[in-house]
Amino acid sequence: MIDWSRTALTIVVILGGVLTLAGMLIWVERRLLGIWQERYGPNRVGPGGLLQSLADMIKMFAKEDWIPPFADKVVFVLTPAIVVITALMSFAVVPITPGFVIADLNMGILFFLAMSSLAAYSVIIGGWASNSKFAFLGSLRAIAQLLSYEVFMGLSVMGAVLLAGSFNLSEIVEAQRHLWFVVPQFLGFLGFFMAGLAEAHRTPFDMPEAEAELVAGYHAEYSGMKFGMFFVGEYLSVILLSAMIVILFFGGWLGPWLPPVVWFFLKTSIFIVLIFLIRATWPRVRFDQLLSFGWKVVMPLALINLLVTGGVVLWKAG
Amino acid sequence: MMKTWKYIRDLVLGLWIVFKRTFTKPVTVQYPEERPYLPPRWRGRIVLTRDPDGEERCVACYLCAVACPVDCIALQATEDPTAHERRYPEFFRINFSRCIYCGYCEDACPTYAIQLVPDFEQSEYARRNMVYEKEDLLISGTGKYHGYNFYRVAGVKVLDKDKGQAEYELPPVDVRSLMP
Repeated sequence: MIDWSRTALTIVVILGGVLTLAGMLIWVERRLLGIWQERYGPNRVGPGGLLQSLADMIKMFAKEDWIPPFADKVVFVLTPAIVVITALMSFAVVPITPGFVIADLNMGILFFLAMSSLAAYSVIIGGWASNSKFAFLGSLRAIAQLLSYEVFMGLSVMGAVLLAGSFNLSEIVEAQRHLWFVVPQFLGFLGFFMAGLAEAHRTPFDMPEAEAELVAGYHAEYSGMKFGMFFVGEYLSVILLSAMIVILFFGGWLGPWLPPVVWFFLKTSIFIVLIFLIRATWPRVRFDQLLSFGWKVVMPLALINLLVTGGVVLWKAG
Repeated sequence: MMKTWKYIRDLVLGLWIVFKRTFTKPVTVQYPEERPYLPPRWRGRIVLTRDPDGEERCVACYLCAVACPVDCIALQATEDPTAHERRYPEFFRINFSRCIYCGYCEDACPTYAIQLVPDFEQSEYARRNMVYEKEDLLISGTGKYHGYNFYRVAGVKVLDKDKGQAEYELPPVDVRSLMP
């Protein structure tokens, strides 16, 4: 029997925590980018600039909520909600500690992959509904990029699934008690990380929203809090990507001395900072290079990785 | 293969180089609390100075207004009959919303009257407040050149000084005594 009150409490805690974290990450990223560029970053609002996101939010709410007259209004308004909803839905299956999970599905990874595929729709229809050329070009890129990177995102996860013998995320973490999957599955980790960066539209794979060429890509026409939703959605997917990497390849909540929640939080933060560091360092790749790299390099590597892992698992099973 | 390895090494090296910046001090000067150092010859706000006796240095020669590339200086010369027809500006007006702080006026000035001082905080809410009149420009001190007094070194007759009484000046020559 499901304990409803406990589930409801977990939902509230995870939802509140994750949304607050996503808001804070906007400040954290700007601050870190500043520090890495020998500046301070936003440090005026609140202690050390801590309330910068709040100030940004007030500003965004006060802005004119402009819907372009040439846009498809219903879809245009609906899209930002899809971004946030799909990102938040994925958190339902993220096990933070053994008991601290909303829905411990036995096919949690598939649910995660499905939700990240749905998130692709928001980008595509958002760009389409905007009815402007920059948004349209951005969403065209997003379609091509997500189609190619979705494939080996699934493939590179399958290695971890084979080793753990389960689609359940909690069981995958438990299977890493003696050895983190990053060691036997290093190629899988790299593939998943790259695919995740492409999925979250982060540098070096942020072609759909390349500021230099496409203004802001698929959300060029959005303003006010609708733009804010895209923004929060992006940071939600950064958190989600980091959390999934930690769960699949870095032993989730497992670790000595400290309580499981702290371990999970620490590991996730390291990957969030790494993603910001990549943003601060690497340039954006060219779009044809992005696709050829995906299909010609990462895809074969993911397949070889899956083949070898499957062979080893079968050989061990005798 | 070597090339691929080099690419990967460079990418990771780049990450490390950027990460090292975490531990360096930002170069930002946090302005309202921290002030930048302005050298004494910094070209900022324009002032009109006085000579050591407390008189206006400006002799209203119009050279600054002529030198000004953006025509932001306007003045009107007049003469003071009590000080032996000493010239001074009746009004002196600088439009700082035009001024480009080039310092040509200071270069052109024969009496060190107009000077640029290290001050850049001239923001105003209304544009008309950027127009400074003589009473806004005139300061009570000597500015950057403390001892200089134009009338004490120039061979011009003023109230208490006749020709030939200036510093390093010989008495006027009686031209008739120069006959061969």
